[in-house]
Amino acid sequence: MHPVEVIEMVSFYAFFDQTPRGRNRIRLSKTPISMMNGAREVAEAFGQSLGIAMGETSLDGMFTLEWTNDIGMADQEPAALVNGMILTSLTPLDVPGIIAALRHEEDGLGLSSYPPTAAQALKLPKSNVRPSLIQAGPLLTRPVVRARGLKAALAMTPEKVIEEITSSKLRGRGGAGFPTGMKWRLTRKSAGKEHYILCNADEGEPGTFKDRMLLAEFPDLVFDGLTIAGYALGSQHGILYLRGEYAYLWETLQETLRTRRSLGLLGANICGRQGFDFDIRIQLGAGAYICGEESSLIESLEGKRGSPRDRPPFPTERGYLQQPTAIDNVETLICAARILEKGVAWFTSYGTKESAGTKLISVSGDCARPGVYEVPFGVTVSELLDLVGGADAIYVQVSGPSGHSVAPKDFGRSIAYEDLSTGGSTMVFGPQRDVLDVAMQFAEFFVEESCGWCTPCRVGTTLLKQGMEKVLAGRATLSDLSEMEALGQTVVRMSRCGLGQSAPNPILTTMRNFPELYEARLAAVPFTPLVTLHDALREAVAVQGREPLSEET
Amino acid sequence: MSLLDIDERILELVDLVDLDVSPFDDKKAFDRQVDVGFVEGGCSNEYNVKELREFRKHCRILISVGACAINGGVPAMRNTIGLRECLEAVYLNGPSLEGAGMIPNDEDLPLLLDRVYPSHEIVKIDYFLPGCPPSGDAMWEGLKALLTGKAPTLPYLLCKYE
Amino acid sequence: MVAASFKFNIDGIEVEATEGQSVIEACDEAGIYIPRLCHHPELPPSGNCRVCTCKINGRHSAACVTPAAHGMVIENDTPQLTSDRRAVIEMLFVEGNHPCPYCVASGDCELQALGYRLGMVAPTQPYQWPERKIDATHPDIYLDHDRCILCSRCIRASRMEDGKTVFGFEGRGIAMRLNVDAQGGLGETQMAAIDKAASVCPVACIVIKRHNYQVPNGSRRFDKTPIGSDIEAKRTRRQS
Ligand SMILES: Cc1cc2nc3c(=O)[nH]c(=O)nc-3n(C[C@H](O)[C@H](O)[C@H](O)COP(=O)(O)O)c2cc1C
Ligand code: SF4
Ligand code: SF4
Ligand code: SF4
Ligand code: FES
Repeated sequence: MHPVEVIEMVSFYAFFDQTPRGRNRIRLSKTPISMMNGAREVAEAFGQSLGIAMGETSLDGMFTLEWTNDIGMADQEPAALVNGMILTSLTPLDVPGIIAALRHEEDGLGLSSYPPTAAQALKLPKSNVRPSLIQAGPLLTRPVVRARGLKAALAMTPEKVIEEITSSKLRGRGGAGFPTGMKWRLTRKSAGKEHYILCNADEGEPGTFKDRMLLAEFPDLVFDGLTIAGYALGSQHGILYLRGEYAYLWETLQETLRTRRSLGLLGANICGRQGFDFDIRIQLGAGAYICGEESSLIESLEGKRGSPRDRPPFPTERGYLQQPTAIDNVETLICAARILEKGVAWFTSYGTKESAGTKLISVSGDCARPGVYEVPFGVTVSELLDLVGGADAIYVQVSGPSGHSVAPKDFGRSIAYEDLSTGGSTMVFGPQRDVLDVAMQFAEFFVEESCGWCTPCRVGTTLLKQGMEKVLAGRATLSDLSEMEALGQTVVRMSRCGLGQSAPNPILTTMRNFPELYEARLAAVPFTPLVTLHDALREAVAVQGREPLSEET
Repeated sequence: MSLLDIDERILELVDLVDLDVSPFDDKKAFDRQVDVGFVEGGCSNEYNVKELREFRKHCRILISVGACAINGGVPAMRNTIGLRECLEAVYLNGPSLEGAGMIPNDEDLPLLLDRVYPSHEIVKIDYFLPGCPPSGDAMWEGLKALLTGKAPTLPYLLCKYE
Repeated sequence: MVAASFKFNIDGIEVEATEGQSVIEACDEAGIYIPRLCHHPELPPSGNCRVCTCKINGRHSAACVTPAAHGMVIENDTPQLTSDRRAVIEMLFVEGNHPCPYCVASGDCELQALGYRLGMVAPTQPYQWPERKIDATHPDIYLDHDRCILCSRCIRASRMEDGKTVFGFEGRGIAMRLNVDAQGGLGETQMAAIDKAASVCPVACIVIKRHNYQVPNGSRRFDKTPIGSDIEAKRTRRQS
């Protein structure tokens, strides 16, 4: 391997470094939700105690302090990743205790033991992830008995399993909504040395955490689903791609896998079914939102930069290691397991015509009870708001930054593939919030997460962010707005993958649904310069120590 | 100055237009509204900005002419380096300096902008005539269009960024 | 074995294609020009620039990476696509540093030529003025990163044609840069001036030393005729 290839890969992921950083890595989650809950104050407290600014490493090389994008804890922000362990509901008062514990336990808590162990985490204050499931529906009603769905599936032929999934009308829960039965059928019928089934647990969309909840609270159901899919596809290898932010789940997930092996639910001749050999391994991500996109995920699994692939060929024909591969979201696999267990009729009795079943919704922000809710498809935004105690919302972001900015006039719309399609992220904003400031933070998110492969997304996301900065500064003109809109639409049309195609959404959909907020911020002149004269002269004033000749700005 | 490259056609032109403020005569400030203004060069100091704004105020149509006005040109080579670093490199640490240098700071010197700005980032520009310099033919095309009330568009052979 | 041939339709014109061809290859052969920048006929396609984006069966797709298929209906030369492509070209102009008047590639540069062809008079997106380096460590070649448009042609050429892996990307998003296979710069890599990778750069990022300014102004590749004219000439020839 060439050095240039190593750097190509390493420099892509936020969690890899090319130069040594602090032994302890403190990464604070930076999202509109964490900011609303006081993340900035927590950051300041860390900065003051350590004597460093965000992004810096302390002189003794002990600590690096930085921001990171959403870590999947939106219901318990402000949260942080410390050496891979998760700290939640932080306040500035927690900071001295955390730093003292890290100094004290330096060796035990250092990066040397990654993924972190639960025993390690116990030594850190606030290392406690609260259970997130608030309302279970038919899918998650307990008790959950391990392997019921799997055994039902193994009593059928693989073709019959696929038929069941197809007639259940199950569609992917990761956001795109592709019919799962068709995906499995296409993968099964593609020729290849091996077939692979991948579980997408990258869950990078800000505001969603339902997959994390499922992996923490229902791991056996996830593995049942994955094993059923393996059987249906004729695959021997399942891989769970777990986002690096969820490394704290590593230990218990491995434990679950070990138990399943000992029970004959993984390995050779599973449940006595001759010839069905299947095992699951877990691979960690390293901080890149784009790796949730299925072809990037495959590249990442192969140890490369997570840039998406061109399609065709689709993964169902040539995916992981160029072999036929199906990629399913965590929740999709759980649905599959339950459909096999409880039957197609049970599943289709919930939801709407085009959206069968229920959906897990991750709710965060200005509401009384943030957490995961299982609701039938078809539920309206206002019904959801009532459920979570967020009735005074002025704005709801459905399906994360890449989704829809919904204004009160549209709260009657429903959550379903045929209306507001969603991967589950639902961020609620109350009257005290600035919608455009939130849109700006989302625009920044896409700048940071663009993989850089293609021009419109790589450059366009930055230009859009700069346009939004001008709006927030009250300096944008009407023609700036129409240019920004045109630029956004170009980025949507010209970008290579779903990230770029949806990156302008926060701006385009707030423009459409909250036009009055943009109008209120317009500069009432036909033209304003890119920067004010005052700003353009600031450096000269500092260097030369005198004021400009003229007073104009 | 590219205007002079239109050669003998300038005779045609003077029949059709009045030149108001230009490097061709001594008039340095506007005292009335004019129809068309051409600006050359980017803005590198506060004086340039003032001047450009004056143009905008007094010209019904303002045209950015030449590479420097359009992207800053050679002076914009400093744009990828900070202003302080630039000044220090030239006046304090330059290889040809004898003894301790100093950054010129006369009261009458306009302050430099943090970078060289193309004119359209400072004022609204109606049309662009690219080129370094734009050829006489390009200038003529542009003028002809404006005189007949059309938007200037350049045929392939005349639209050059260099 | 002869590959199966079939037909598709682009802007109302029937084009014949063979199995395995991409849309852009089939159109090139038929004399229909689809604007493109990162694509190079002798290299595998990579879909970086998106200039070749067409509306294929109603969806925006890059023609260089889309396999031609029977019955496809493609829109290429439409005002909307021209304007989107121009916007992408503008992005590349403001992303790097492109002072054409004093650049060695001027007149011979595919980025510039696409600006002309697509009707860009001047870029109006805000210039980003990135700080980028010049790498002059190699005796015969220099790298002027100011001009690099991250098209990956050199990366592909070096890996697939030269078998060397001299180039790669570094970083992601707007901070992404071209990188070389040695800390000390291009001079410490295996790069040679006769490599394929040295001759495929569409702009003036990879420049062979002592070979510049030899063709006089007026006789350079795109001085008189727009980029793509050679491809379009095939069709006109056939029709006459
Ligand atoms: C930028 C981007 C990020 C994505 N992130 C995720 C993710 O974190 N989890 C996920 O399940 N799907 C994600 N997807 C969708 C996947 O590409 C894919 O459609 C999904 O994993 C398929 O599983 P499903 O059919 O079960 O939904 C993402 C897509 C894009 C374009
Ligand atoms: S759209 Fe963005 S994320 Fe997708 S390939 Fe292009 S640069 Fe990468
Ligand atoms: S590389 Fe091309 S576009 Fe860039 S400055 Fe040189 S000639 Fe102009
Ligand atoms: S150096 Fe040239 S060929 Fe290589 S990526 Fe940059 S622009 Fe493309
Ligand atoms: S030429 Fe097709 S994407 Fe660049």
